[in-house]
Amino acid sequence: MSFGQLPYDLSHLLGGSVLLLSFLLLYQRRIGAVINAFATQGTLLALAAAWQGWVQGAPGLYLTALLAFAAKGVLIPLALHHIVRRLDLHRTVETALSIGPSLMAGVALVGLAILAVLPATEGAGALAREDLALALSVVLLGMLMMITRRNAISQVIGLLSLENGLILAAIGVAGMPLVVELSTAALVLMVAVVAAVFAFQIRERFDTLDTASLEEHRGERR
Amino acid sequence: MLTFFALLVGALAALGAASVALARSAAGSRAVYAACCAAGVLLVAGGVAGLLGGPAVLDLPFGPPWGAARLAIDQLSAWFLLPLGASVAAASLYAWGGVRGAVAPRLLVPWPIFLAGMALVVLAADGFTLLLGFEAMSLASWALVAHDHAAAENRRAARIYLGFAGFGGLALVAAFGLLAGGAGEVAFAVLRDAPPEGWRAAAVLALVLAGAGSKAGLFPLHVWLPLAHPAAPSHVSAVMSGAMTKVALYVLARFAFDLMGPAQPVWLGAPLIALGAASAVIGALRANLEDDTKTLLACSTVENVGLIAIGLGLALAFRGADLPALAALAAGAALLHALNHAVFKTLLFLAAGAVLHGALSRRLDRLGGLIHRMPVTAWAALVGIAAAASLPPLSGFASEWLLLQALLAAWRVGDLAFQMGVAAVTALAALAVALAAAAMVRFWGLVFLGRPRTPRAAGAEDVGGAARWALLLPAGLTVLLGLLPGVMLDLAEPALRQMAGAAAPRTGLLMVGAAEGGARYWPAFAALLVAAAVGGVAWWVRRRAPAGVARGPAWDCGYIAPPAHLPFGDPATQPSAAGFGQPLRRMLGAGLLAAREEVRMPPPGSTLPAVLEAGYRDPALAALEGPLPRWRDALAAQAERLRDLSIRQCLGLTFGTVVLMLALLAWMGAR
Repeated sequence: MSFGQLPYDLSHLLGGSVLLLSFLLLYQRRIGAVINAFATQGTLLALAAAWQGWVQGAPGLYLTALLAFAAKGVLIPLALHHIVRRLDLHRTVETALSIGPSLMAGVALVGLAILAVLPATEGAGALAREDLALALSVVLLGMLMMITRRNAISQVIGLLSLENGLILAAIGVAGMPLVVELSTAALVLMVAVVAAVFAFQIRERFDTLDTASLEEHRGERR
Repeated sequence: MLTFFALLVGALAALGAASVALARSAAGSRAVYAACCAAGVLLVAGGVAGLLGGPAVLDLPFGPPWGAARLAIDQLSAWFLLPLGASVAAASLYAWGGVRGAVAPRLLVPWPIFLAGMALVVLAADGFTLLLGFEAMSLASWALVAHDHAAAENRRAARIYLGFAGFGGLALVAAFGLLAGGAGEVAFAVLRDAPPEGWRAAAVLALVLAGAGSKAGLFPLHVWLPLAHPAAPSHVSAVMSGAMTKVALYVLARFAFDLMGPAQPVWLGAPLIALGAASAVIGALRANLEDDTKTLLACSTVENVGLIAIGLGLALAFRGADLPALAALAAGAALLHALNHAVFKTLLFLAAGAVLHGALSRRLDRLGGLIHRMPVTAWAALVGIAAAASLPPLSGFASEWLLLQALLAAWRVGDLAFQMGVAAVTALAALAVALAAAAMVRFWGLVFLGRPRTPRAAGAEDVGGAARWALLLPAGLTVLLGLLPGVMLDLAEPALRQMAGAAAPRTGLLMVGAAEGGARYWPAFAALLVAAAVGGVAWWVRRRAPAGVARGPAWDCGYIAPPAHLPFGDPATQPSAAGFGQPLRRMLGAGLLAAREEVRMPPPGSTLPAVLEAGYRDPALAALEGPLPRWRDALAAQAERLRDLSIRQCLGLTFGTVVLMLALLAWMGAR
């Protein structure tokens, strides 16, 4: 399987789209748009998983695709929209690092991921290498999003998109046991639930979702 | 045979677990100590069998995730089983005799584990197993040192000991890592195939010196010994001093002579020789000044470890200079002294324990005259101190004589700087041996001769039962080893061949020689001479003595008779421990130990007495307790600032680390 054959091209396209959506997440200025971009990323991830399931002939991956679509494409975005409406947030994203520099940092991170992965995976199949580089980029962009956004909702989305990167890496490798993917999916749902509870609590106590407001309430200060 | 050893180590570890239940009754505790004693005897037997037989390797059916744990026995490890087993057997026998009721589990449980750890270090054939044994040994002995944690000084000793143990383990981990290089395989067989060179060899040696040297008590990492030994129970300090330091020296020898390959330059031995000389002098000098029996013996251990290190360093240098016969001579001196010291130091610590048990004190100023109340202990201790003072024909003399021969032959290494250094080391070693003799005379004289300094010392009781045998057997062994050094060197010959690549110096049943046509030492002849001289003097005195023996009071140096309320004499008319050490403290202590002496006069008109204050400080301990805690506190204060970071900054730290690692990976991939 190499460049120019349909299975490779389509996997590459889907993986690349997931990465592109990560960039989209980075430059959205409105929180609703961030959630929509995340939903799209989840859906694309589900498509990538389904395509891998068909290419590898692994029916387990269809289940992964279904879970990814249901959780990340539909349920979590709906819940996030609900939270935003219910808490009546400002609809703008509060950034710690402004949009331009974060995009530049993102490009640098993708370059770094490719530089790190390609030499380390010599001998592996071309698809696996590309896939790993893409997945690592998505993970790094998710982390970048977590540290450059002030708003708790944006930070949660950064974490979830980081997890998308992990799933992307998992589906690209043939023979990943289903139980691993199921447990990561369950973990993500738990993270979402816990994050939502926290968001409500923070909002209730401090009347904002800016996590910086928590800092003056930490104990054990010197 | 290795299967047997593996089972023995496993059985000792299991015994440690079973001790939790067995500690409830005296019989159970006795059974544990008896089993440990048997294990010691088996270790000696196995060591002799290993020296006579060939090397063997055994893969255990379990181990770390990347492979099986591997045990091996070759000539070098077989030799080090001898001091280990002898010391363990005697100390366990003593502990067995000392059981008077249920033993506290925290005293009983770590004991078999300690022994199992030491045996595992000696038998290990890969880095992981060796470190496992080393850490088990460190932690179990720490638990034993800390058993009496009610006293503040014991807590301090245990804390410092734990710090040294952790530091030593870390240094050894780093040494294995550096030795393995990028391959990451730590089996000895693999390490041997890729010996380090240049700066890597120097770094490995430095790490091993820090790791094993801190355990063995090499200067400047010796400061835990004089603190930890008095804190531990007597049988534990006997094994820590007799066996554990030898196990650490085994690790040193294993690295220097085996894993680092035979093609090493002359200078590799130089740090060992220099540190050994420094330890020998500092240890012997401190032994002259301490006023606690066990601290004194611990300082004497530092001295002896220094002498063994000089021997090992000389052997390394000779091997590097392609003088295999001399290398075998120096290595033979080191190995023989390791065994001899293990036996007589175990004996001396057990004797100190017997004195502590009988007269209830470790302080020299509270003992005295015990030869009347504790004759067995006194005579056994006399054999031990005579060996430690390297008097012929006892065991200490034979090995130290060989060491001196090796030092005197060191001019044959062509390098002028090396020759000058060794000349200085020869003088220092001779000084250390003389100081050790003075320290031993002071120890035995103050404890066993003269008059009791306290009522408790006057009412002391001698040991009985198994504890008595635990003193007599090592004393007999010390005499035997002293009379038969040639046999022991013949036994060590396979180990010397492995270390030096040549035959041992020419030996025979009754003789050891430094080289063909060189100096010879006939211990039996020396014994005859000494016996003849002593017998002649005794006969002459007896002949000149008037008929009818009348016992009178001891002459009190011209002091007036003590008042009635001092039935044991005026303590001020006997030399005190500090007074005995004063000449040496004034001569050598000022430079080496920052000794000071100050007379504080009362103000004019006051009726207060003038006060003489004298003291000294080990410079290594001063450095350890001065700047080191300051740096630690400064570092901790910096680390504390991390706690004030916001959530995003914490995440950013993680993120930054990941990015840095990836960048490193990319950089390494690009090269």
